[in-house]
Amino acid sequence: MAEELVLLDFWPSMFGIRVRIALAEKGLKYEYREEDLTNKSPLLLQMNPVHKKIPVLVHNGKPVCESAIIVEYIDEVWHDKSPLLPSDPYQRSQARFWVDFIDKKLYDTGRRTWSTTGEEQEKAKKEFIEILKLLEEQLGDKPFFGGESLGNVDVSLIGFSCWFYSYETLGNFSIGAECPKIIGWVERCSNKESVSKTLPDSKKVFGFVQELRKKFGLE
Amino acid sequence: MAKSEAVKVVGAWSSPFAMRPLIALKIKSVEYECLEEEIGCKSKFLLKSNPIHKKIPVLIHGDKLVCESLIIVEYIDEVWSSAPSILPSDPYDRAIAKFWAAFVDDKFYPSMKESNTGVGEEAKKAGLEKMVDGLALLEDAYVKCSKGKPFFGGNQLGYLDIALGCFLGWLRVTEKSLQTKLLDEAKTPGLVNWAESFCAHPAVKDVMPQTDQLIEVSKTVAKLRAASAPPK
Repeated sequence: MAEELVLLDFWPSMFGIRVRIALAEKGLKYEYREEDLTNKSPLLLQMNPVHKKIPVLVHNGKPVCESAIIVEYIDEVWHDKSPLLPSDPYQRSQARFWVDFIDKKLYDTGRRTWSTTGEEQEKAKKEFIEILKLLEEQLGDKPFFGGESLGNVDVSLIGFSCWFYSYETLGNFSIGAECPKIIGWVERCSNKESVSKTLPDSKKVFGFVQELRKKFGLE
Repeated sequence: MAKSEAVKVVGAWSSPFAMRPLIALKIKSVEYECLEEEIGCKSKFLLKSNPIHKKIPVLIHGDKLVCESLIIVEYIDEVWSSAPSILPSDPYDRAIAKFWAAFVDDKFYPSMKESNTGVGEEAKKAGLEKMVDGLALLEDAYVKCSKGKPFFGGNQLGYLDIALGCFLGWLRVTEKSLQTKLLDEAKTPGLVNWAESFCAHPAVKDVMPQTDQLIEVSKTVAKLRAASAPPK
């Protein structure tokens, strides 16, 4: 049976990016539909009525929502190519823990580095670096969080890398100075086709963030 | 895989999150030891076992530590992989169960917290309204997932039953303290029956605290909160 895959997404979303990379790792063809988040499509509202958020993967007409859940779903259905989760239950629990950690901590803290000022911004920058340092510890000497190849932690984290330029420029700090290992990891990931063909350009993301800041009256 | 290694759970009898791994272990007939944390006071052992989040529950299996209650439940299901299964076998059904479990943790639980401990009547009222909306969605999910059987997981207790059911004690506390009915035959008939089946299940009945005991805990926690730094 021909598989029909539709991805409802928004180009700079680090959550959408992780689904795009997972699909690319598995060599899957899909239809990409760009959502205007100020004017959500009837399809998005129908496929994700609870949260009305992207990304949503529609597989043969059935929606899968929440990016971390979508990545695991993709890994389970197309399990014979490029496994994203380890096979050992304990290693799997650790991989899930770190994706959950990224989801609980990185987005909000990253956002605060460009959407706040003064003391709040300084606090956000400090927290952001602390989070990345914890992730560096996890990476250790491995090329990727998944070991020799991309795993679900790599796939889930790399989408934030195209936002680093925005965080650094607007927050006036250097991620590379504090977390060189993470920058090394970003470079290794970017050598993978699934990543290089998916990640939006950092300057383009910066332009988008500038628009957001204008909207919020921060410029 | 050394399934036979000793299993311990760092938890607290009143914590809904800490109940989740206990139910999962009971479903699998795995013996475990409870390491009980005191309310309002985190032991050095907990802080060492979960340095990132400093929270219960923590599963200790031999020399391995697993944190985050739903991740622990999935770990238990994968290690003790013989029946009964906790997660559905079909990937799509698994994605749906995980979606609703995430909803419980990210939306339903915070609304319950707001309705109980929100500062001021307006905040509590807002929390309660969100809870009512959440239960309407969960009623719908129950009908779809259970397909006429007693549990979200079908004939057997599953992942989503555990994820939601652990909150039934505190849900009853909320009903008593706000003098309202949240699970009700008119609005959530499916969940009313499900709650009864859940609480009567052998894997649940010994670990589900009594409502009166939880009300005492909520008074202790309120006192501790009032005594500590003022809210932000």
